[in-house]
Amino acid sequence: MMSPARRPAARKIAAAVLVAGLGVSAAACSSSKSSKDAAAPAGGDGPVTISVACEPPTSQAKQRAEWLQDVATFEKANPDITIHGVDTYPCENTATFTAQLKAGTEPDVFHMYFTDLNQVLDAGQAADITSYVNDTTVPGFSDLAPSAMAAVTAGKTVYALPTGIYTQGLIINRKLFQQAGLNPDQPPTTWADVEKDAKAIAALGNGIYGYGEYSAGNNGGWHFSSEVDANGGQMVGGDGKAAFDAQPATEVLQALHQMRFVDGSMSPTQQLKWGDLQKQMGAGKLGMYIAAPDDIYNVIVPQDGGNVDDYGVGPLPSTSGTPAGSLSGGDALAFNKHDTPAQIRAGVKFVAFSELTPGQGQFNYARTKADGLPVGFPEPLDWVGATSAKNEQLKAASQTVDTAHFKTFVDAQEKGMGEPTDAQAVYKTLDATMLSVLQDPNADISSLLKTAQTQVNTLLANAS
Amino acid sequence: MAEQVLSRPGRRDPGRARGGSGGRPAAGPDGGPNGRFLRTLRRHLAAHGFLIGAVLCFAMFSWYPMIREIIMSFQQTHRDKITRQPKTTWAGLQNYTRIIHDPTFAQAWKNTVEFSLLALLIGFAVPFVTAIILNELRHARGYLRILVYLPVMLPPASALLLFQYFYDPNYGLFDHLLRMLHLPTSQFVQSSSSALVSVTVASTWMNMGGTTLIYLAALQNIPGELYEAAELDGAGILGRIRHVTIPQTRLILSMMLMLQIVGTMQLFIEPFILTNGGAGPNNSTVSVVNLIYQYAFNLSGSSNYNSASALGVLLMLVLGVFSAGYLWLSRDRD
Repeated sequence: MMSPARRPAARKIAAAVLVAGLGVSAAACSSSKSSKDAAAPAGGDGPVTISVACEPPTSQAKQRAEWLQDVATFEKANPDITIHGVDTYPCENTATFTAQLKAGTEPDVFHMYFTDLNQVLDAGQAADITSYVNDTTVPGFSDLAPSAMAAVTAGKTVYALPTGIYTQGLIINRKLFQQAGLNPDQPPTTWADVEKDAKAIAALGNGIYGYGEYSAGNNGGWHFSSEVDANGGQMVGGDGKAAFDAQPATEVLQALHQMRFVDGSMSPTQQLKWGDLQKQMGAGKLGMYIAAPDDIYNVIVPQDGGNVDDYGVGPLPSTSGTPAGSLSGGDALAFNKHDTPAQIRAGVKFVAFSELTPGQGQFNYARTKADGLPVGFPEPLDWVGATSAKNEQLKAASQTVDTAHFKTFVDAQEKGMGEPTDAQAVYKTLDATMLSVLQDPNADISSLLKTAQTQVNTLLANAS
Repeated sequence: MAEQVLSRPGRRDPGRARGGSGGRPAAGPDGGPNGRFLRTLRRHLAAHGFLIGAVLCFAMFSWYPMIREIIMSFQQTHRDKITRQPKTTWAGLQNYTRIIHDPTFAQAWKNTVEFSLLALLIGFAVPFVTAIILNELRHARGYLRILVYLPVMLPPASALLLFQYFYDPNYGLFDHLLRMLHLPTSQFVQSSSSALVSVTVASTWMNMGGTTLIYLAALQNIPGELYEAAELDGAGILGRIRHVTIPQTRLILSMMLMLQIVGTMQLFIEPFILTNGGAGPNNSTVSVVNLIYQYAFNLSGSSNYNSASALGVLLMLVLGVFSAGYLWLSRDRD
């Protein structure tokens, strides 16, 4: 037992340790603040360390190796800059992202979807990078697609650098199409054809289903929005009120209900969210589902064991056979508001190197080909003008995928359409609608749409 | 003399123990309030020292978040249109109005109350009956006790992923067994009519081990003579349970009842994992805590933390009123 005489000494020691600890913390905090010096040139910042989001996970071994190789090359060329990769999968998880924004704990360079800008600004977490980005710091900056730049800009202030754009199509399993006696070069374009083909594929049995759809994790509402856009409807009207309770949405939901309960071409297991359908597709158990083409080369092939030659993409289904549009979105890398000017400069330099230079980083097609990963998927262009032409030329030189597998998707030239206000809340509401259609044999589609429209209008009124 | 008595550690001043000053002088170098405070502090220094860690933990991780939650429930955060910076303002009862008008609000409370009732029917009765059976067994009691307790050792997420597989209507174990027995299959968590019951069954399986052991401990404390006397009076098994077991375990039963209600009202992880997010078909499994989570983390609009806080405060009030009522009733009875 400690004698009473020793207690004060012990307390003094504890207090000294505490004070010293606080002192160190304070010094650490103050050093990060005091290093802010907006005027310092990029070359003269001294040692800088930045954490960067979206390092590919270990489950995507080849992409991870490529990313790490980029980091090593970059650090060798810029010995004063140290990159700490942050690998989370998926790169952005809604719940974690929201919590990080609230706590201010995002990486120095963090991922956001185009639709996240308002949330990021509401949280006050993005640094203004307007003065840091130009054609010198980001070669080809003025060629970046205007729609992508609009998504990362508020007023005239730039908050992020866009790194990818998507529109959605209908991913098909060509192998199952062939086994079912269907023509994989002609993916279905109307909902009636989707129903017919899904039924033929499901008839193969052995746990194979023709069509898959999400109805959880806000992904059901997300897909519903894209399907309504493609079918000529709109989610929110010009008056700012929900406008989806109309014929286009009814037709989409009727088709899903038909496939699930009449044709039996959809699995009885629903409540699926992002990642579930990719696994089914990779395992050869699913004929069709809606996604951006990058699902094939980012998830199904490298992670879920699919063979790239087994997949193709058609346009989004619609009643007319010509999609009126597609939900469009994209990825961007933003900069933490706590970043010092030196960190922003280093971050911009790294993002330009690894994400926005044709022939380098994510656009190093020769390396992607050498690593056995597919090259040449059709996607909306990140750039316009000369930079776009250069990138397309490099992509064509290393092309590995058969463009015929995507011809109908490319030919459809889907018009990208933005996401609704308070998108995640709207999607969450519509998840329930999708799930009811997919799990209730007696679902009253008209009533479900009416209820969902009322609920979304309440959300939109509260969001304003 | 009084000073000497007071200065001795471990002795209490009878007058002060009753809350009075015992006629001691009101002021003075040693006898004044400051002196008394210092002496009391010195006497309890070790106890206070030991308490500091716990108090700090509670303050940081329980009390501060509670107070912050209450404050946030009356605030809203918006981006200033001119400065483009987030701005927090007092919003009165707007967050409460907003959540009450959410169509999911009533459904979440309905589901939570329904789950609590189901959990009382299944989750309260099953462990009690299991404990009685275990108590009556003469052989292999230890092994069976371990078997009953095993699910508690599984991390909840793993146990629920296991049930997600069991419940799968496509390749799940339960439907497979039902098909083998030529019985009608079920959609389990995929159907609005069976989702909540399925969640309750999984929850009971996960949690009954601990409760069963507590009941078993209570049962083993019942003197055997009481059962012998009941048997001599002609009581059968049900009679012994009714007239001996239940009255003898009343205190434990009522305490577990309160804990179970408080626990079940905070239903979250079971529907969250079993239904891939917590809502379930037709929102049939969305609970109040699931809704709090959705407000806070799944929605992109502004002020969602404030809505989540408002709903959290409402839940806290409901549970607070229930717990206070229970404590008041049980104090009277005991």
